[in-house]
Amino acid sequence: MSGRGLGLAAIDRKMLRDLWRMRGQAVAIALVAAAGVAMYVMAAGTFASLSATRDAYYDRYRMPDIFAGAVRAPESAAREIALLSGVLRADSRIVGQATLDMVGVDEPVLARLVSWDPSKPENLGRPYLRAGRLIAPGRPDEGMVSENFATAHGLAPGDKLVATINGQRRTIDIVGIVLSPEFVYAIAPGAIMPDNRLYGIIWLARLSLAATYDLQGAFNELAVSVIPDADQREIFAGVDRILAPFGGVSAYGRTDHMSDAFLAAEIDGLEAMGKVVPPIFLAVAAFLVNIVMSRLIQTERERIGLFKAFGYTNRAIGFHYLKLVSVITAAGALLGMAGGSWLGRAVTEIYGEFFSFPFLLFRPNLSTMIIAAGVTLAAGCLGTVSAIRRAVLLPPAEAMIPPTPPRYRQISLPGAIGRMAGFLSNKLSQPTRMIGRQLLRAWGRGAATCVGISLSVAMLVSTMFFFDAIEVLIDTQFQVGQRQDVSVTFVEATRPDALWSLERLPGVMKAEGFRAVPASVSAGRFSRNVSIIGLPAQSQLQRPLDRRLMPIAIPERGILLSAKLGELLGVGVGDTISVEVKLGARPQMELRVTALADDYIGTSAYMDIASLNRAMGHVTLISGANILLDPVDEPMFFQTVRDMPFIAGVQSNSVALAMFRATMAENLFITIFFYIAFAAIIAVGIVYNAARISLSERARELATLRVLGFSRGEVSYILLGELAVLTVIAMPLGCGLGYLFATGIIELYRTDLMRIPLIVNESTYAVSMLIVLIVTALSGLLVRRQIDQLDLVAVLKTRE
Amino acid sequence: MKTGHDKMAAFRVRGLTKVYGDGDLAVQALRGVDLELYDGEIVVLVGPSGSGKSTFLNILGGLDHPTSGKVFFRDSELTGFDDKGLTGFRRAHVGFVFQFYNLISSLTATENVDLVTEISDHPLTATHALDLVGLGDRADHFPAQLSGGEQQRVAVARAIAKQPDILLCDEPTGALDSETGILVLGAIDRVNRELGTTTVLITHNAAISGMADRVISFADGRVAGIETNGSRLPVQELSW
Repeated sequence: MSGRGLGLAAIDRKMLRDLWRMRGQAVAIALVAAAGVAMYVMAAGTFASLSATRDAYYDRYRMPDIFAGAVRAPESAAREIALLSGVLRADSRIVGQATLDMVGVDEPVLARLVSWDPSKPENLGRPYLRAGRLIAPGRPDEGMVSENFATAHGLAPGDKLVATINGQRRTIDIVGIVLSPEFVYAIAPGAIMPDNRLYGIIWLARLSLAATYDLQGAFNELAVSVIPDADQREIFAGVDRILAPFGGVSAYGRTDHMSDAFLAAEIDGLEAMGKVVPPIFLAVAAFLVNIVMSRLIQTERERIGLFKAFGYTNRAIGFHYLKLVSVITAAGALLGMAGGSWLGRAVTEIYGEFFSFPFLLFRPNLSTMIIAAGVTLAAGCLGTVSAIRRAVLLPPAEAMIPPTPPRYRQISLPGAIGRMAGFLSNKLSQPTRMIGRQLLRAWGRGAATCVGISLSVAMLVSTMFFFDAIEVLIDTQFQVGQRQDVSVTFVEATRPDALWSLERLPGVMKAEGFRAVPASVSAGRFSRNVSIIGLPAQSQLQRPLDRRLMPIAIPERGILLSAKLGELLGVGVGDTISVEVKLGARPQMELRVTALADDYIGTSAYMDIASLNRAMGHVTLISGANILLDPVDEPMFFQTVRDMPFIAGVQSNSVALAMFRATMAENLFITIFFYIAFAAIIAVGIVYNAARISLSERARELATLRVLGFSRGEVSYILLGELAVLTVIAMPLGCGLGYLFATGIIELYRTDLMRIPLIVNESTYAVSMLIVLIVTALSGLLVRRQIDQLDLVAVLKTRE
Repeated sequence: MKTGHDKMAAFRVRGLTKVYGDGDLAVQALRGVDLELYDGEIVVLVGPSGSGKSTFLNILGGLDHPTSGKVFFRDSELTGFDDKGLTGFRRAHVGFVFQFYNLISSLTATENVDLVTEISDHPLTATHALDLVGLGDRADHFPAQLSGGEQQRVAVARAIAKQPDILLCDEPTGALDSETGILVLGAIDRVNRELGTTTVLITHNAAISGMADRVISFADGRVAGIETNGSRLPVQELSW
C-alpha cells in the first residue's frame, strides 16, 4: 500500500471520494451534529463566563457580603463589627435619598445617595469609573452618577443636577459616570423592576452627606465583607446585636440584596435554560446522527460485499466505514465546538453589555466540549457499527447483491372493516399503493424519519413557546393581578387619611392603601426574607391570583403566599409558618397559610391590612397606595405628586412592564433566539437526509417507472408522497412532543424571580409546523432535482 | 401470421451516431446506422458487448439522445423530441422488458401491471395481460413470492398491457435458465402473434435468433448484417 498518489491507500482514497460523492448528506449530518454540540457548548460557556465575570467584578470592585442599616450609629460600632469572627472588614457609609429636578420628566425622579470617601479608596463598594473621574477630596458639590441613569438622561461629566436632599436644594457637579457591583440593577424601594429613568444612584463625598444628614462621626449603613465559608448567620446576629441600640434594621446578605438577587436570578435563569434545552437538543442531534449514519451505511451494502470479495477483513471494512463516519461526525463536532465557543463569546458579550459589566472573562468550557463532541461521535459510530455488522456478516456474494426483494404481503382485515378497506384500497392508484406499502413494510425506517421530523417540530415549539408564555405572564402580572396604573410609596407609613389627599389629585379614579413591611418568614429549617404586603380584604387593584387566574380573597386571618414561596419554605395550604417583622417592635407571629397564589414574578406574602396593622401595634397605617388613573390627567398627576413631600416614590405599571420586557424578557429572548436557529438547522439536516437517503434506497425503482413512461412529477409523487405522509404524521406528534418538552422546561426553569406559565399558542404550533414544512418542501425540491437526473439507461443494466 | 417486409415501417433510422464523452475520452457507440423496423415483426439484435446494440435500443425507446442522425417513429421525428416528449412517447407507445425484471417489490403481479394500465389510453386488463403470459393464477403474488422466470413474465405482461406499438427487450432471458427463459420468450412470441406488437430483442444468445423475423448483427457501432428468417421457429423448439 505504498507509492500511490498522495501516499494514501486505495481504500482511503475511496473514502475521500465517497465523502465527496455524498457531500450534500455529509454536510447535512455534520450540521446537525454541529448544531447540537454548538448549542451545548454555547450555553455552558455563556453561563460559565457570566458567572466568572460577575464573581471577578464583585471581587475586584469589592462587593460587600453583608449589609446593615441603622438610624445613627457611631463609628465605634463599625470598628466593633470589624472585630467579629469571620469579618474581614466593615466600612461605614451614609446613604440617603434625593428628589431630582429633571427637565422634561413629569414623574418624580429619585436617587439613592451613597457616600464615598475619596480618602479611603480601599473601602467596600468601590465604583468603577466609566467616564470622568472620581470625586476629589474637599469638593462637597461633586458627585458621581450611575451609568444607566446617566444614559437614560444623557448626562455626562461636567453636567449639573439639581437635587432636594433632606429638604435642602443643592446643585451637584457631575464629575464621573460610574458602575458599581452593588447596583447592576438599581431598583427603587417598593418597585419590582429597575427603572433607569426614574431611579438612579448618586455617590457624594462622605463629609458632604454627613453634614446634610447631621451624621458627622456616625453612619446609617454598614457594608461588611467576610472570609469565605464564614457562618453568615452568626455574623448577622452579631451585627444586629451591635447595631440594635442605634436603630439597626436587621443585617442581610447578598441573597436579599436587590441588585444581586436580580442579577443572580437572571444568570441562574440562563443556567437553568442552558441545563434544560441544550442537552435535549444534543440528545436529539446525537439520535438523529445515529439514525442517518445507520441508513447511510445500509446503502453501502454492495460496496461492502465487494470489499469482502477482494479479501478485506471485516475489521478492515468496519474500520474503513468508521473512519468515514468519524470524519463526518468529527467535522460536525469540531465545527460545533468552534462555533459554540465563538457563539458563547458573542452571547456573553451581548449579556455583558446587557448587565453593564465593566469587563468580561471568557470561560470556554473544555470538559463540556469534550462531553458534547464525545456523545455525538459515539452516537454516529454506534449507528455505523450496527449497520456494518449486518453488512459484513453476510457472505460477499450475497452482500454484493441488494437485499432480496422485501417481502410484502396483503393485509386482510375481517368483516365489514375489511370490505371497506378493500373497497378504498381498490380506489387507490398503484403509485399511491406503493407509498402505502412502503410505509407499512419499512415502518421502522418511516418511523425514524417521522420521529426526526417531529423532533424538529418539537424543538421549535419548545423554544418558541417562551414568547407566548411571557406574554401571558405579562398579562397576568401587569394587567390581571395588578390593575393599578401607578403605585406610590410614602416616605414613612402614614395614616389612611393620606388616601383622601391622593384621591383629590388630578386623574385619580381610585386609590387603595397598602402596607408593606420587611419580614423573615420561616418554616422548619427554611427561612426567607420577604416583604409582607397588607391589602384591604376587598382589594380590587392589586389581587393575588390562583391557578385559574381568579382573584384570591385576602384572608382575614392567616397569610397568603406565592406558590413559589410555599415551595421554598416547604409548606402548603393549612400549614403554619413563623413570621418575624423586621420593623418597629418586630412582632413575631405564627400564621396559617390560607392559600397559594400562582404568581409568576418574585416571591410575595399577603395579609389582610387590618390584621397586619393589629400585629404592628394597633395603629392603622398605610405605606403606600395603588392608584387607578385617568390617562388624560397622567402628566398633571405626576407633576403634582412630585411636589408632595410625603411621597417617596411612584412606580408606574406601564413603566414596570416596559422594564420587564427590557430586562428579564430580553435576557431570555437572546438565548431563545439562538435556540430557535439551532432547531431550524437540525430540522434542515434531518429532513434533507431523510429525503436523500430515501432516494438512494429507491433510485432504481423510480428510474424503472421513468422508463415505463411515468413523468418526473409522477415519479416524484411516489418518493415525496412518502415523505409528505411521514411529515403529516410527524406534525401532530411534534406538537405533542413539543408540549412535553415545554412542560419539562418550565418545570426546570422556575427561579425565585420568575416562573414561566405553560402556555403554547396555536400560532406557535402553526409557525413551528410551517417552518418544518417549508424545510421539508425545500429538501423535497432538492431531491426532486436529483430524481430528474436519474440514470434511466443504467436501470436497464443493473441487477437486482 | 405477420412476416415479411411488405409492412409499414414502424421506425426509420437514418445516419444514427452516438458518441459518449468528448476529446480523447470519446467513445463512438454508434457510427452511422440506417435501418427500418417494420410493424409487427420480431427483430433480434445480436453482437458482441460494446457493438452498440443497447445504445441503439435505448435511442429507439426514447431513453437516450443520439449525437447525430434521425429516428422517425411512424411520421414523427423522435430525435426532435424533448425530454417531456420522450416521456410521452414511452408512455403511449413503448413497452420495456429489462434483464433484471425491475418489478416494483411493493406491488403484486396485478398491481405491477396496473401501474402501466393506469397511465395508458387503451390498455388490456391486468388479468388479460397476465393470462397472455400464463400467470393468471399468480396475480396476487408479490415479486418476492415469484420465481425469476415468473417475475420476468410479469414484467412482459406489464410491458404489453398498454398494447404498445413496440416492445423493447434487453437481454430478457439473460438472468434465466433455459427452461424458464423459454417460458418468457414464449410469452413474448405469443404477444407478438396475438397483438401484433413490433418487438426488438437484444440477446447474446444465438439460439434465440430462430424465433425472429429478422436478425440484425451489430459490430463496432454499425449494422454488420441483416438476416431474414424464412420462417420463425416455434419458441418451444429453441434450446440452449
